[in-house]
Amino acid sequence: MSKTENEATVSLDPPLAYPDYRSSILRAPSLLPIVLEPGRAERSGPVFGDSSVDPLEYDLTRQTDRAPIGERIVVEGRIVDRDGRPVAGTLVEVWHANAAGRYAHPVDVHTAPLDPGFVGAGRCMTDGGGNYRFVTIKPGAYPWGNHQNAWRPAHIHFSLFGRAFTQRLITQMYFPGDPLMDHDPIFQSVPLAGRPLLVAAFDLDVTKPDWALGFRWDIVLGGYAPTPLEN
Amino acid sequence: MAAPTPSQTIGPFFHLTLGSAGPARIVGEDHPGATVLSGRVLDGAGDGVNDALVELWDGHHFARCHSESDGGFSFVVAKPAPVDDAQYFAVSVFARGLLGRLVTRCYFPDQAANATDPVLAAVAPDRRATLIAASGSDGLRFDICLQGERETVFFAL
Repeated sequence: MSKTENEATVSLDPPLAYPDYRSSILRAPSLLPIVLEPGRAERSGPVFGDSSVDPLEYDLTRQTDRAPIGERIVVEGRIVDRDGRPVAGTLVEVWHANAAGRYAHPVDVHTAPLDPGFVGAGRCMTDGGGNYRFVTIKPGAYPWGNHQNAWRPAHIHFSLFGRAFTQRLITQMYFPGDPLMDHDPIFQSVPLAGRPLLVAAFDLDVTKPDWALGFRWDIVLGGYAPTPLEN
Repeated sequence: MAAPTPSQTIGPFFHLTLGSAGPARIVGEDHPGATVLSGRVLDGAGDGVNDALVELWDGHHFARCHSESDGGFSFVVAKPAPVDDAQYFAVSVFARGLLGRLVTRCYFPDQAANATDPVLAAVAPDRRATLIAASGSDGLRFDICLQGERETVFFAL
């Protein structure tokens, strides 16, 4: 493998064993993974048609009969594969806490209030150019039990399929300037060079005057990338 | 070429968007040759992982299922038609405590092709069984042991 190829495929993923993130202590595999040449199944992936997603699922501010509390934001970006090709027609699923930092989920017992106007789950399909767009409210930070006075920075969970099993990614998007990132073991587990890739950019062009702030966050899916014809 | 976006943990609240309770149907129950594939996700202490997400993909069909309070999950799958290559599911596992996806394979048992499958052959013999579902009276059994003595073989793609 040439040095250029090596650099291009260097992974900035966090290690699985990262004891500062306490849940990983009993859950991270103890043995190294075996390198696998992707087989027929790994080189393909499920295709979700446009009918899988309701047209309004991209807007997390319109899931109930009332508007959610918080700063309305637009989050958009472009998804490309490791060769820079846009990943069109792929399913993007997101979820996050409300503006007070509370998830509408039975496991979350944080004392911050629930918002009857906010469920916090959304989905969309990327367009022909690989672009996705969500409208939501900015999530709040929340405390968790990892260590004394632990707080998760504000974040949006993203799940992406890509064009093949090899590209499947679940990750989190963070907000620029959040002081909690420096103290968060989950964010800090990522090698230094990879951390900026998880932070959205405030983008005045994405902002809608008198309506919503705008953030831009592009995503690169690594792994074997089938050409669109292969599907 | 831009570096790939790094992974982060799925966390414990994914059911808002990704949750599907089992049995997750790859095929309908009345599909000929339908059988249940069930198992548990277990951690390094041997305890059930109650907040995992398991996804199966065989090249044609996809299903996902979250684990229950005892770590249990189940799918309704179809026994594959006999073909030359060993039939398997590509498996993704996500959970709180996992900073990235775990990838494994679940091979159907009792396939002649398993004996000559190059991926199975490359795995140490004492770990090979962790990649093959076991046949039982209730259907197929496939546990996913994240860590420890019976640790499942995981792959790097």
